[in-house]
Amino acid sequence: MIRDITLGQYYPADSILHKLDPRVKLVTTIAFLVALFVADDWVGYLVATVFLVAVIKLSRVPFHFMVKGLKAIFFILLITLIFNLFLTPGDVVLVQIWKLKITDKGLHTAIFMAIRLIYLILGSSVMTLTTTPNDLTDGLEKLMSPLKKLHVPVHEVAMMMSIALRFIPILLEETDKIMKAQIARGADFENGNLIQKAKNLVPLLVPLFISAFRRANDLAMAMEARCYRGGEGRTKMKPLIYARRDYYAYGVVVIFLAAIIAVRVVL
Amino acid sequence: MSLKLEHVQYTYSPSTAYEIHALKDVNLEIPDGQFIGLIGHTGSGKSTLVQHLNGLVKATSGHIYFNGEDIYADGYDMRKLRSKVGLVFQYPEHQLFEMDVLSDICFGPKNQGLSKEEAEVRAREAMRMVGLSEEYEKQSPFELSGGQKRRVAIAGVLAMEPEILILDEPTAGLDPRGRDEILDQISRLHKERGITIVLVSHSMEDVAKYVERIIVMNQGEVLHDGAPREVFRHYKELESVGLAAPQVTYILHTLKEKGFGVDEDATTIEEARDTILRVFRDKVKKHD
Amino acid sequence: MDKKETMIKAKDLVYEYRKYDEEGRERELIKAVNGVNFQIEKGDFVAILGHNGSGKSTLAKHINALLVPSAGTLWVDGIDTKEEERVWDVRQSAGMVFQNPDNQIIGTIVEEDVGFGPENMGVPTKEIWERVEESLKAVNMLKYRHHSPNKLSGGQKQRVAIAGVVAMHPECIVLDEPTAMLDPNGRKEVIRTVRALNQVEDITVILITHYMEEVIYADKVIVMDDGKIVMTGTPREIFSQVETLKSYRLDVPQATQLAWELKKAGLDLPDGILTREELVEALCHLN
Repeated sequence: MIRDITLGQYYPADSILHKLDPRVKLVTTIAFLVALFVADDWVGYLVATVFLVAVIKLSRVPFHFMVKGLKAIFFILLITLIFNLFLTPGDVVLVQIWKLKITDKGLHTAIFMAIRLIYLILGSSVMTLTTTPNDLTDGLEKLMSPLKKLHVPVHEVAMMMSIALRFIPILLEETDKIMKAQIARGADFENGNLIQKAKNLVPLLVPLFISAFRRANDLAMAMEARCYRGGEGRTKMKPLIYARRDYYAYGVVVIFLAAIIAVRVVL
Repeated sequence: MSLKLEHVQYTYSPSTAYEIHALKDVNLEIPDGQFIGLIGHTGSGKSTLVQHLNGLVKATSGHIYFNGEDIYADGYDMRKLRSKVGLVFQYPEHQLFEMDVLSDICFGPKNQGLSKEEAEVRAREAMRMVGLSEEYEKQSPFELSGGQKRRVAIAGVLAMEPEILILDEPTAGLDPRGRDEILDQISRLHKERGITIVLVSHSMEDVAKYVERIIVMNQGEVLHDGAPREVFRHYKELESVGLAAPQVTYILHTLKEKGFGVDEDATTIEEARDTILRVFRDKVKKHD
Repeated sequence: MDKKETMIKAKDLVYEYRKYDEEGRERELIKAVNGVNFQIEKGDFVAILGHNGSGKSTLAKHINALLVPSAGTLWVDGIDTKEEERVWDVRQSAGMVFQNPDNQIIGTIVEEDVGFGPENMGVPTKEIWERVEESLKAVNMLKYRHHSPNKLSGGQKQRVAIAGVVAMHPECIVLDEPTAMLDPNGRKEVIRTVRALNQVEDITVILITHYMEEVIYADKVIVMDDGKIVMTGTPREIFSQVETLKSYRLDVPQATQLAWELKKAGLDLPDGILTREELVEALCHLN
């Protein structure tokens, strides 16, 4: 079940987007999200669409693979659409079913909101699909490093994120194993009302927590044994260095944002 | 009372690029009261196979019959099957969760619908079976030693009074004495209570001493199935699939090749000693 | 033979900890290591044997300065492990590999994990890459450098963990039951790797285990029981004392056991037979 969510999964391919510095991709994603909220008419959205389609093409990730990620948020999408469609007041009533009215404004907002949400998901999936989790944490650490001056533990947070990424599959497997072991002892994780179901989770959660703590303890010791002592004085095996293509990419992003803003101001 | 597998196949992620045939046409019969060793290296399908035996994993195709009844038939009571076929997982101590030993062992019987009192009677009996004295009843399972924790976990399955007990590598991580103690205890269960036992292991030497039948798994298939002495005759083939026969098998075969009339089929140290002594009896120096 | 340099030296080493009951009252004082003296020379392959709870793992953690003696002293490459400011030097010269392969791999990609130690030591980027490559080569895992550790077998994961230590260029590697959670094939892989490191790279190896087959190749075996060293000697010397070993909850390889049983029954066999080949040869010599 948890494995079905494509959002945030890395898709290995050999594309220019895969080669870009993770910082560029993070900044671009943020710029794209900002653009979606700045744009408020068809022309603006046209610019955003062109940008998105170009980026998806460049990523060499099959489109249907990306759409799979949309399935996970299908419900949210539907609910937003319905709410906007029926609850936005407007001047011209297009359709009226019993007491529910669809107005011209409602239709307009609903369509824009839906496009905005879909673009938002697609845009951020392009980033996660083309960037390994490790690069992502490295990128975040580097981007946030000015915050170190404000005593924000940037390195520690990034380290925690990458350890979490490493242990999620292990803990998922462990959950499966403990669950099976308790089912073999007659446990029931499916039937009963909500309270019973919650109570039935105790035999699963207690061993899982104990295991997670044991692993954390072991890992802390292993890290210490390998001379880990925080971010100070550490070198990097794969330091982030901007290449020429990264500057070009920044250039494209700046032009894109400028175009969106220009459309908004001029029209 | 028996468990019968007919043409059991199991495929992970069928019809995708990740398709793996974990089990290929497995046919087996486990009759009442046998002590069986199930051997294979990691990834041979042995762990997948045992999870089929109590219905935790459903075969992609094929049938499994317990006492003649098809366990995949509509309306078959899986929970009842699971209480008849007890499965002790690898590192079973990782599933302990209660505040004290007795309550943890009661978990299984209570799930079977027994009252607290009945469950406790069963739990105390199970503790005796694995050699845990009463003083442990109120202790936290997390403060016990590794070997003791494992006994508690095994008792947790025994308290459900299974007719077949399957143990997936019950000696993993234990020291030599701990290993012998657990295996002796299991062997006693088989002798005294007549419980059918399936011992999953990758150590031929551990298994040879106890079991009457060995099933060798390789790449999802049953490679050999027979008495230890028959199976170990194929020691060269076993070696080629990454398993080794006990050291005594090699010693006796080499002696035989060198022209000594030893019984090369002996499987335990005691048998090997006796057959070697028979050949070398004129060399035995009498003690004063 | 040249006089070897001393790698590790322990003098009257004691490690004790207190156990508390639920109200926080002291229940008992446990001496996990109780007055241990030993010395290990550079380039040696030393095995430490003992049952679970004999104190062998506690002793191992002292060599990496993860634990500091309660009394007595331990020197690693001449450094007293109690000197707090030199703890990182101790950890660099005596690397450690643990039992559970999953719980000691930090990186999500094999080569990044191997680079973790050098990164912590502040090794320049270019040199990290060289070290990662040579270490993965030394454990024969170079072709898996871009793999995720989760997809590897137990034996492969342990070899990655060993590479992670080798990349720190240690004088000595302590392996705390590295094979306890592996299957026979994984066990063989790891032992073969460790022996190669000892013989080819001349790294001092301290192998902690309770599998007897693994100590046959050691230069020296130390047996621990109840926090004390109870036996020291070559594998042959140790394995000739089958009954003493059994009293310490240990075992001997099947060939040794069989030879011992035959000898007890009156056959004139030498002491301390280690392998099946030796036994067959000894039996042939009887005729």
